[in-house]
Formats: sequence, structure tokens, C-alpha cells
Amino acid sequence: MSSWRRLLPVLTGLVFVGIWYAVHFSLSTEERYLLPRPDAILQAFSDEGAVLGSATLNTALGALCGFAAAIVVSVACALLLSLSPLIRASLYPFLMMLQMTPIIVLAPILILWSGPGFLSVTIITFLICFFPLVVNTTQGLISTDRNLVDLFTMARATRRQEILLLRLPSALPYFFTGLRIAATLAPIGAIVGDLYAGNSAGGRGGLGFQTIIYSAQFKMPALFATAFAGCALGFVFVGAVIALQWRLLHRWHDSYSRTDS
Amino acid sequence: MSMPPPIVDFQRASKRYGEGPLIIDDLTLTASPGDFISLIGPSGCGKSTVLKLISGLSILTTGTLKVNGLAPEQAARELAYVFQEPTLLPWLTVGKNIELLMQLDHSAPAERTKIRQRVLSLVRLDGLAGRYPRQLSGGQKMRVSIARALSRSPRILLLDEPFGALDEMTRDHLNEELLAIRQQEAWTAFFVTHSVTEAVFLSNRIVIMAAGPGRIHEEISVNFPYPRTAETRHSPAFQELVARVSRVLRSVEEVLP
Ligand SMILES: Nc1ncnc2c1ncn2[C@@H]1O[C@H](COP(=O)(O)OP(=O)(O)O)[C@@H](O)[C@H]1O
Ligand SMILES: [Mg+2]
Repeated sequence: MSSWRRLLPVLTGLVFVGIWYAVHFSLSTEERYLLPRPDAILQAFSDEGAVLGSATLNTALGALCGFAAAIVVSVACALLLSLSPLIRASLYPFLMMLQMTPIIVLAPILILWSGPGFLSVTIITFLICFFPLVVNTTQGLISTDRNLVDLFTMARATRRQEILLLRLPSALPYFFTGLRIAATLAPIGAIVGDLYAGNSAGGRGGLGFQTIIYSAQFKMPALFATAFAGCALGFVFVGAVIALQWRLLHRWHDSYSRTDS
Repeated sequence: MSMPPPIVDFQRASKRYGEGPLIIDDLTLTASPGDFISLIGPSGCGKSTVLKLISGLSILTTGTLKVNGLAPEQAARELAYVFQEPTLLPWLTVGKNIELLMQLDHSAPAERTKIRQRVLSLVRLDGLAGRYPRQLSGGQKMRVSIARALSRSPRILLLDEPFGALDEMTRDHLNEELLAIRQQEAWTAFFVTHSVTEAVFLSNRIVIMAAGPGRIHEEISVNFPYPRTAETRHSPAFQELVARVSRVLRSVEEVLP
């Protein structure tokens, strides 16, 4: 039963590829370039392998740095925000503004400030990842079980002990909710950033930059290959987060079924 | 004949929160070392407040309170609290949960291990130190919670409806175990409960409180000798006392607005 289940996506994948070919061949010969054949895309992977590989790595690096910076800063901010409702009331509107502002519009401004290249890509990724992280982590820090807080108060725990031994661990499930959202956004952020801020100086261009090059060159199969590379990067990010989440939560958290323990 | 000095001593104590109504009115209550005092009464009559005052978490408005001869804030090290909820940290194993209070007090790891083993076997959970709370039954969680409180070697144990959420069988068992532990450890207990049977079984003194404002309505002493066993519950004298306490309790609850 379960091995059957695992085969299902493979099956749907094959059907999908079949339909893809069918659509490709149903187009007139002049239009066929619009939807390159899957094997042509595979071919593009091998032709453009070196370029795409280094572009993917550059994007991954930008995404990782922005993501990591967002984690560090958002946890620090969440700790600050969790201190008092007054602090939250005064800062939340501005966090909301940051969230509502289309980062794409900010991109050119950022580039003027910090120049094209890696730093801008990282900052744009950071901005995109920051909000879901800070909101979820703050929520986690302030929803600590009241009874457990009483226990710590009763035991005359210091503020530091309360944060390290109680608030942070109990915020972990919330933090991971934010982290999963941020992990899907990080590669997208880095690619969008790279669309504007990427440059090829010293081979530092990422997937966004390659997208511009390939579309200028009308290399349709290579564009599709670029999309798949971005998709793979997304899987790596989200997969890593899910694995870490499992590692840290599965023994004790109710979101993992009782039967596996 | 010399009486031992009281371990908890309320004299004409009253409590209100801020500008709010009087919660506790003119409470005079003295506990000797080794007393097992049950507080019983309608909800909202201030039973939990009495425990909070003893623990120093809440401060008297008028009157005096001495805990072990000291102001309650200074006696914190002498007591331990058991709540209605087991209040275990779900991400820590049973063993680590039991060590938590000692960890907060920065006691040495070797000492922690020794005490952990001792209290785990007191509550008969040896071998479960590596489990996580979600792998335990309700009764087992409560045992862990009691073991954690005992890890402080308290002179006073404050229990706020600790077995209120458990089924009757489990509750009876835990009552017997609590008394068995008390044979080995000489703490004084303040025990809040809604169950008359439980109060009669456990305590040597039952304090029946009335509400609006909270005050002592009547104190009834229970003279069955310790150790008490499951058999104690079946004696006619026991049943009679349960009936008597219930009658008093009902009369108190009827005057509620
Ligand atoms: N921190 C507080 N601030 C204001 N009122 C409180 C507080 N804690 C308890 N009270 C009030 O004190 C009264 C007694 O509460 P409590 O001691 O918890 O009663 P019991 O444990 O007997 O049910 C209740 O009316 C409750 O609303
Ligand atoms: Mg109460």
C-alpha cells in the first residue's frame, strides 16, 4: 500500500511529461519554441551546466545569507517585541508596512544604496524572509503556557532563565512555522533581487541574472532549465527546514503522531 | 508542655487585589510542623489565594503572616508548589523535568542526579526518566509533578487541587501514595481540594472556607491515625465524618449569592 503510494507521483509525473510532449507537437512548427520539449530542457541542463550551476550556487549563497540574517535579526526583534505589549503596539504598524511594501519596488532603491551585486541580493532576501519569522516567533514567545510561567515565577527563576529555559523552547514550534514560510521565500527573494541587482562581474550572476540573459537570447529551453533549478533550490531550503524541525520537535511535540515514539 | 513553633502562622490576615473587593477577611490560621491541612470551600472563596500568600507570590493587605518564622518572601526556599495541571515542560524528559527546579537553583549535576533518582522512586516511576511527558498517563504526569516538588526537600508542600483532573481510581491511588511518601518525608501540607473524601482521607485538619469575602467557616479535625490505607475509607467512622464535612460544606455553599 505505502510503496504503491510512493509510486503515484512518479506515475503522475510521467503522464504530465506525456501531455507536455502532446502539447508541444500539437503546436505549429513556428510556435513550438514557446514550449520546448522536455528532452530539450534536459539538453539545456547539460549545455549550460557550468553557467547554470554557478548561477544556482550564487543564488543559493545569497538566499542562505539573507535567510540566516533574517533568522538572527528576527529572533532578536521577537525577543524585544515579546517584552511588552507597549513595545508591540508601537512597532507592529511599521512591521506591517514593511510587509505590505512590494519589495520589487524597493529593489532599485536598495541597489542605489548598496550597489548591484551580492549585498543587494542578500538584503532583498532578508527583507522578504524577515516578516513571517518575526511575527511567528513573537507570537510563540508571548503564548507561553501561563501555568509554566507561574511555575518559573514560583521557583524564583531569573528573567534570563525564563527566556532560555522556557520562552525560547516553547516558541520553537511557532518559529518553525515562520521558518518554513521564510524557506520558500528565500530562493524567490534571492532570484528577484538578482533580476535587479545581479551582475556577472567575476561570475557572480545568479538565476535571476541568467533569466535576463537567456530571455534576451531567446534560449527557451535554458529558461525552463533555470526555472527548474530555482524549483530545486526551493526544495533544498524547505527540505532542510523540515528535516531540522523533525529533528528538534518529533520527540515531544503533538504535531508528530504519538505512534512514532 | 511545649508546643513546637508554628510553621505557618496567619494572624488576622486580609487580602484585596488593588482597589478590588476583599478576597480574604480576618484569617487566623496556625499550622504546626507535620500538619496536613485541607482547604475546602466554594470556588472563588480564596483557597488558591491562601496558598499564594504562603508562597510569597502574593502579599497580605493587613495582618501578619510568618512562614517558618520568616516573612513569606524569605521562606521561599522552604516550600514547593504542586498545581492542578502537571505543568511539565513538554520538550524535556521526565528526568530533566524533575531536575528543573534544581537546575534553576544551580545545584551541582551530581547532586541533581542523586535527588532525581530518590524522588523518582518515591513516586514509583523509576525507569521512566527517559520518557517525554506526552508518553505518560495523566496520573503519571501528576506523579512527576509531585516528584519535582519533592526534589526541593520542602518543609511545606502547597498543593492546589492536584488530583482534580484525574479519575477517581487514579485519585484514590495517588492519595494513598502521597500519604506513603509523607511517612518518609516530614513536610507540612496545605492541600486545596473539592473532594470531601480526599480531604478526610489525607488530612488531620480540614478547614472549610466560605466565600464573599473568603474566611474560615469551620475547622474540623480528623483523628484517624496515620498510616491510613485504602481500608481506612471503608470504616463507618470515616463515612460518618465524610457526611459531616459534606453537610457543613453544603450549608456554606447554599449561602452563596
Ligand atoms: N491576581 C488577581 N487579581 C485580582 N483578583 C484575583 C486575582 N487572583 C484571584 N482573584 C480573585 O480572588 C478570588 C479568590 O480567588 P481564588 O483564590 O483563586 O479562589 P479559589 O481558589 O478558592 O477558587 C476570586 O474572586 C478571584 O477572582
Ligand atoms: Mg483555586
